[in-house]
Amino acid sequence: MSSVECKVVIGLEIHVQLLTKTKMFCGCALEFAGEPNSRVCPVCLGLPGSLPVMNRKAFELSVMAGLALNCKIANFTKWDRKSYYYPDLPKNYQISQYDLPFSEHGFIEIPVNSGDAKRIRITRAHLEEDAGKNVHTAGNFSQVDLNRAGTPLLEIVTEPDMNSGSEVRALAIELQRIVQYLGVSEASMQKGQMRFEPNVNLHIIKDGKEYKTPITEVKNLNSFRALEESVNYEHSRQLEEFLATGKTMEMGNKSTRGWDADRGVTVLQREKEEAHDYRYFPDPDLLPVKLTDEWIEDMRSKLCELPLQKQFRYVKEFKLSEYDAGVLTAERAVAELFEGAVEQGGEPKRVCNIISQAGLKLANEAGRSMAELNIDAEGVAAIAKMVEANEINAGAAGAILAEMTKTDKSAKAIAEELNLIQKSDASELEGLVDAVIAENPQAVDDVKSGGKKSKAARGFLMGKVMQKAKGQANPKIVSQILAKKFG
Amino acid sequence: MSDELLSLSCRKLTELIRRGEVSSRKAVEAVFSSIEKTEPVVGAYLSTFIDESLERADEIDSKIAAGKKVGKLAGLPIAVKDNMCTTFGATTCGSKILENFHAPYNAAVIERLLAEDAVIVGKLNMDEFAMGSSTENSGLKKTVNPWDVNRVPGGSSGGSAAAVASGMCMAALGSDTGGSIRQPASFCGVVGLKPTYGRVSRYGLVAYGSSLDQIGPLTRDVADAGLMMNVIAGHDDNDSTSVNEKIAPVPDYLENIEKGIEGLTIGVAPQFHAGADVEVLSAIEDAIEVYKGLGAKVVEIDMPHIDYSVAAYYVIATAEASSNLARFDGVHYGHRTAKPEDYIEVYSKSRAEAFGTEVKRRIMLGTYALSSGYYDAYYLKALKVRSLIRSDFTGAFEKCDCIMTPVSPTTAFKIGENIDDPLKMYLSDIYTIGVNLAGIPGISIPCGFDGNDLPVGLQILTPAFTESKLLRIARMFESCTEFHKRRPQKV
Repeated sequence: MSSVECKVVIGLEIHVQLLTKTKMFCGCALEFAGEPNSRVCPVCLGLPGSLPVMNRKAFELSVMAGLALNCKIANFTKWDRKSYYYPDLPKNYQISQYDLPFSEHGFIEIPVNSGDAKRIRITRAHLEEDAGKNVHTAGNFSQVDLNRAGTPLLEIVTEPDMNSGSEVRALAIELQRIVQYLGVSEASMQKGQMRFEPNVNLHIIKDGKEYKTPITEVKNLNSFRALEESVNYEHSRQLEEFLATGKTMEMGNKSTRGWDADRGVTVLQREKEEAHDYRYFPDPDLLPVKLTDEWIEDMRSKLCELPLQKQFRYVKEFKLSEYDAGVLTAERAVAELFEGAVEQGGEPKRVCNIISQAGLKLANEAGRSMAELNIDAEGVAAIAKMVEANEINAGAAGAILAEMTKTDKSAKAIAEELNLIQKSDASELEGLVDAVIAENPQAVDDVKSGGKKSKAARGFLMGKVMQKAKGQANPKIVSQILAKKFG
Repeated sequence: MSDELLSLSCRKLTELIRRGEVSSRKAVEAVFSSIEKTEPVVGAYLSTFIDESLERADEIDSKIAAGKKVGKLAGLPIAVKDNMCTTFGATTCGSKILENFHAPYNAAVIERLLAEDAVIVGKLNMDEFAMGSSTENSGLKKTVNPWDVNRVPGGSSGGSAAAVASGMCMAALGSDTGGSIRQPASFCGVVGLKPTYGRVSRYGLVAYGSSLDQIGPLTRDVADAGLMMNVIAGHDDNDSTSVNEKIAPVPDYLENIEKGIEGLTIGVAPQFHAGADVEVLSAIEDAIEVYKGLGAKVVEIDMPHIDYSVAAYYVIATAEASSNLARFDGVHYGHRTAKPEDYIEVYSKSRAEAFGTEVKRRIMLGTYALSSGYYDAYYLKALKVRSLIRSDFTGAFEKCDCIMTPVSPTTAFKIGENIDDPLKMYLSDIYTIGVNLAGIPGISIPCGFDGNDLPVGLQILTPAFTESKLLRIARMFESCTEFHKRRPQKV
């Protein structure tokens, strides 16, 4: 029996829609969906005589993304026309960047296993305009909706540095976090603002000889799940194919496949790479973009700490778990809320619990992000401090937080209003304990008798005290008093 | 009366209109009566707007009667080449593929004309997509030279030149990618100015060769070209290649137009005379003698790379054209084939049916030049030649104020004479093409007649953004000669 070792190798192309108000080369609004062809003008319709004008904001956002991906930003970059005929492409060329992209040679770090980061090289990132959409819902013809035409897209290409579906997924999530942190993109999967195209093949060592399987490109994936599953599927499909046919890269052609999410399989779209000649040449309608080092540095100063760095720092600095740090850094607004509350004296783990449990639950229920909940760092810090000081119990934090989303009152005022302040006055509580003892002789006997029933009876008395205190007794102190009474 | 009105300059006529001595309606009526008489012979117009024009003339007249301020072109009947988008009428580019295309927006120059109260009376014939030197490539109409109806008016702005020469409008706009304003101006005995690339907005000009195209005026005298420049020159936010006015301010082109240039130095290059007809050359030499008489000095300059300009031009212009014309695909607008089998046939048949031979030829040339494996040898090489030609001009202008050349090697040729020989046709732009590659301004002014009584044009070139000086130099000659006053009598 022969030995087979197999490594999957994956590179990724990602399209990210930029968070600008208007399209890449005209003033049409960038919104999601809408009446077909309602957000168009002579420029994005590609009407004769119209000319593109670069959206500066799109360029700035792209450069920020390039810097965050540790890319070298070019001092001179230009626009090229990429020619191909397709009905959703109104000029029959796409304005893109060919040989001089604005950024190259970067890397992104992704979390792998617990606490480790893996560096994936970024080949290049460039800007381009999106095409429209062909719609095939009407009878014996197709229709074209050009609302999307001219949408600014950042195309990011990685080196084939990933070796599992989960790494590819981690990169996608990390990239989403980064562009969202920087305000470069909303990066919503549902709205198709982030699309993935993995290139997958296998490096197989069989009987000491290395073989590489033909590369497959899976087109147009728009969920993390589809991305991971399609890569895993390709891994096993290509291995099976290789074992059955022995086909390698040199013999087979690169193929393009689509993902069938219902069946969980990839489907062949094009076997032979068509001899595409895009006839790239510099767009004479647009001036090249020249960037000074000062301008690039100015953009760099607008960057923030990146999510993965934050995540690692939280583990180290605040002794949070990997998991908690991940939850807190998933969104920039959440991380900022956390850091703000800690800065104002909240104990990190306590603040983390308030945000990650009560806070995110509220956000989920409201169907909003934390940032939209009217909760500030000061309030979270105040709640954390009250829990620490035993003024309220940990369970009360959620109720106070929920109330905070509706009013501008302070945490303390809300706690008082909702009668959540714990009674910690020993003499007052002792009175309650005495009353309960007097009212429940059977339970008192059970406690005193020791044995099996004792523990349950103690709990029963405790419950009765809490009931009498309307839930506001500090359980620690009640427990101490009970202990004193029964020795 | 109407002929008299039409013999006035634009400056004079708009002044009379502004003073209320002549109504804009009268001027517009005069133009339309001239069109009625002459158009059946000359064939310059692809569309005319008589009702709209009269309505607009009346509006301007009543503004004037009410003492309101009116623009620089108040009431003047003006026509434009049919490759500038207008919300009124069609914008055909002389092509069957756009025969029924109605633009939903006005070109920047159209907006500027309208803002200065011009009356746009019609749109003028041209070689299809501005590809040609005789207007014979129009897919829609035949235009003849008003000086000899058996001859071409030149091209591609042949309709513009013929209409101005025969009094069917007071002035016209054309576009110039390789000589398309200057050469027809020369063939028809009118003034044609190609401004510096970036001086006039291209927004709304249907592109042929985007890095070469430039809109400019065709007029009956030099100062009228200045008046038109005062309206059309300037930055436009919608055209990234239009120049920032802080870098190149827009002067008043009429301000010093009567002031000659003292100590003018004229550059003459042997390369610019090679291959020209004897009669053309002698008219140019005579013109230079006139300048000498005005105190000008002549120096010989060297343009070592200019011989490669036609070759470089036909790579760059066609490459850009192949991409610019890709959008005419039968999908979104324009001609669509009747019964396509599939979407590929929508493209191939629509284009095959509606583009003319010359347009197809240039799309093929340009597609080839941009194809993978050929790009470096053709397109990239052509760009290098282009920058050498640009430095030829820069070097030359260190020695002289302006360069003078013939506009074309010949006067207007016979209809059909060159149509089957594209290479010969291409060579008729040999003196004008380098100017577009360099991006500098150039003017054609009438400077004589040949034995057939056909006009000869003198081309004057100056450095980028010095149109003001260029016009002054042109005016020096015009002010002491009568060539520009002769009008064709044959139509």
